[in-house]
Amino acid sequence: MGHAPQLNRRSFVLGTAAIGSGLALGIPFGGPTAVHAADGTLEVNAWVVVRPDETVVVRIARSEMGQGTLTGLAQLVAEELECDWSKVTTEYPTPGQSVARKRVWGDFSTGGSRGVRTSHEYVRKGGAAARLMLIQAAANEWAAPVSECATSKGVITHVPSGRTVTYGKVAEAAAKLQPPADVKLKDPKDWTIAGKPLKRLDTVEKTNGKMIYGADIKLPGMLNAAIKDCPVFGGTLKSFDDSKILGMKGVKKVVRVGESAVAVVADTWWHAKSALETMPVVWDDGKNANVSSESIGKWLQEGLDAAQPAFVGNKAGDVKAAFASAAKTVEAVYAYPYQNHATMEPMNATVLYTAEKCEVWTGTQNGEAVFAAAVEASGLPSDKCEVYKIMPGGGFGRRGMTDYVRQAVAIAKQMPGTPIKLMWSREEDMLHGRYHPVTQSKLIGAFDADNNLIGLHMRISGQSILASVRPEAMQNGMDTVTFQGLNASGEAAIGYTVPNLLIDHSMRNPHVPPGFWRGVNVNQNAIYLESFMDELAHSVGQDPLEFRRKLMTKHPKHLAVLNAVAERIGWTTPAPQGVFRGICQHMGFGSYVAAATEISVTGGNKIKIHRIVAATDPGYAVNPWQIDRQIAGSFVYGLSALFYGECTVKGGRIEQENFDTYPSMTMKEMPKVESILMPSGGFWGGVGEPTICVAAPAVLNAYFAATGKRIRSVPLKNHDIIFA
Amino acid sequence: MASLTINGRSYEIDVEPDTPLLWAIRENAGLTGTKYGCGVAQCGACTVHVDGQQVRSCSMALSEAIGKQVTTIEGLASEGAVHKVQQAWIDHDVPQCGYCQSGMIMAVAALLETIPQPTDEDIDLAITNICRCGTFQQVREAIHAAASA
Repeated sequence: MGHAPQLNRRSFVLGTAAIGSGLALGIPFGGPTAVHAADGTLEVNAWVVVRPDETVVVRIARSEMGQGTLTGLAQLVAEELECDWSKVTTEYPTPGQSVARKRVWGDFSTGGSRGVRTSHEYVRKGGAAARLMLIQAAANEWAAPVSECATSKGVITHVPSGRTVTYGKVAEAAAKLQPPADVKLKDPKDWTIAGKPLKRLDTVEKTNGKMIYGADIKLPGMLNAAIKDCPVFGGTLKSFDDSKILGMKGVKKVVRVGESAVAVVADTWWHAKSALETMPVVWDDGKNANVSSESIGKWLQEGLDAAQPAFVGNKAGDVKAAFASAAKTVEAVYAYPYQNHATMEPMNATVLYTAEKCEVWTGTQNGEAVFAAAVEASGLPSDKCEVYKIMPGGGFGRRGMTDYVRQAVAIAKQMPGTPIKLMWSREEDMLHGRYHPVTQSKLIGAFDADNNLIGLHMRISGQSILASVRPEAMQNGMDTVTFQGLNASGEAAIGYTVPNLLIDHSMRNPHVPPGFWRGVNVNQNAIYLESFMDELAHSVGQDPLEFRRKLMTKHPKHLAVLNAVAERIGWTTPAPQGVFRGICQHMGFGSYVAAATEISVTGGNKIKIHRIVAATDPGYAVNPWQIDRQIAGSFVYGLSALFYGECTVKGGRIEQENFDTYPSMTMKEMPKVESILMPSGGFWGGVGEPTICVAAPAVLNAYFAATGKRIRSVPLKNHDIIFA
Repeated sequence: MASLTINGRSYEIDVEPDTPLLWAIRENAGLTGTKYGCGVAQCGACTVHVDGQQVRSCSMALSEAIGKQVTTIEGLASEGAVHKVQQAWIDHDVPQCGYCQSGMIMAVAALLETIPQPTDEDIDLAITNICRCGTFQQVREAIHAAASA
């Protein structure tokens, strides 16, 4: 027995007036005019197409890049649609279609673990509205009241008579109906498709070589481009001597790309890259030619003690007074380096430009941003541009940027009518990242005579992402994202109550371009705060878990995940001989997360991780299986960053050019992650990023427990600490 | 013109003999399931089999593969039957972004030919492919499943 429809026929009639307001309210149910899908089928609404063969096509605006969002969003639509999950497939609407239809699919941006959490409501309403329209169409055919109809697995039943009809049979009639004015969404406790550990929809093609990534695009007559941008950020291209390579096999053209880059276009990418490597190029390194990691570090260090101006992210009481009255203070300085996203697939985009049209094929986290970049770079009006999203070989924030798309358009504009695939080499990808920002932090804690923590000052000195990437999002010059996980409230709130608290930021923006890097600023903020919490606990001889708990009584959800990992790791029972534990918690992207580890250390520097326990409370869990995979994967990303992740600057450029100098973890280094998924309901948190940030502090705190040595900078390789 | 045998089929390839096998497979034979990740044999995304041995094809010259049997991800399934490693991958929902998985699967298939029942230690030593999504936990589960299939 399916769920009875929530609206009667009268509601549908009245609903005709609601389309406009629905759009105005940003509830994209679909337009009043029936629209044909690519295969000619009429769509029921913008989110749902049901083909005559009962295949249900769910439109997905956000980008799949491995995190499972595609499957999760399809589950949410299918849940409300009450269709047969085995018949569900998905498709991406294009940004051009979205613009032409007044952004009926809402935001395409896929970052900040927002794929599900900021679109769940309207995609579910899309599914629910489509279901009501399908019922209405069936009821019309039967001349029966909607209230007598029920749905289950894509079949509509007229309950009194027992007559049935499938969605595919009434989809065309439903498509011509007006959408309902409003729909009621199911209580998540009644979910049968959403909330279930279903398999991904895109797995098979990823196991047989058939999945097409941006790098695999082939168009008739297509040529391939390899590019070199000035290795020193801010430098320019002075000259190049293409006479040396124009006679080489396959080479078609050498083009200047903007002020700072040169590209070789050839029949194959291998020819393009090989020719580019032999071509003499002269750069003007510009004013940043002498910047180094040391000079940046020194500048940031000055910001640790600089008086003002400093942006205040969180404040309570009076830390100065607390420090003045303290029985004891503890101080420490931490640092976090530049890191490259290092997606497995280097950046690439394919562009076909003519005077009439600019088309882009690329793996992207933000189809609309690529569309805007194509419009701007091509100089064509928006109705002459289109973007086709292709599966990206990883994103992690890097593919939210459009620099490589602009380059591809610039090359294609110089060869109108010829499709151009621009692909970066790994070296180009390493040298032209949008790096995890560089910061340092000084923390000072103050205790009263009874060893109560009465004051905490956390000064962050360093780079703002927003200042570079989204300056329009800054508030009076302040980058609020800097304080991720440290805010007084909201989706990235601190989990402790300290009576006198000051968390502030001395912004210093080196010339190396920063970007959103999976986990963003909670990664370093969690290392700083959670390592220091451990330091504070040990400084007064208290158990790190008990020390935290005393400060967390007003933060029950933070405390719940911390308690969960403590219990699972067996915190109160002795660890095996030679094994030591670390624990931490944090909040980011709307989710509460905690981790506990067990490690052993040999020779003082060889770490063996025996256990990792990770807990997350994301409010609702749309697909527990995929969340489990995101948690496990996030530890690979987070621990790779801890052990290996560093891009150093010398002569104004990044020194690491490939995985030999910028390693990433492999099987032998990765222990099993025991995940605890504990959705408490009532809010929607992300799952792709939050748990990364607890990976490092849990290990660092365990390392201190094992050795008595506190590591305050990343990566561990700089301390000669390696995997056992 | 070189004659290269990939997945049992002969391809006439007109490129320089020192072209990396990877690019001959991708751009000349047109089989794009084999991926470029680093070009320096670090990441394993380009792993194929040459006469049954796993090879990082970005670092083998085309000329070295002439006269040998090259197998890519597209040729792993025999006569339409999914290879047991591919089946385990599907059953365990291993891939995330999937870009590294062709190479990972090829490396695992080669491992199981040599060591049909690998221990965790065998896996640690043999499978050194990089996966930035971090699928290792599922990869390990799926290897053991494939081994007992």
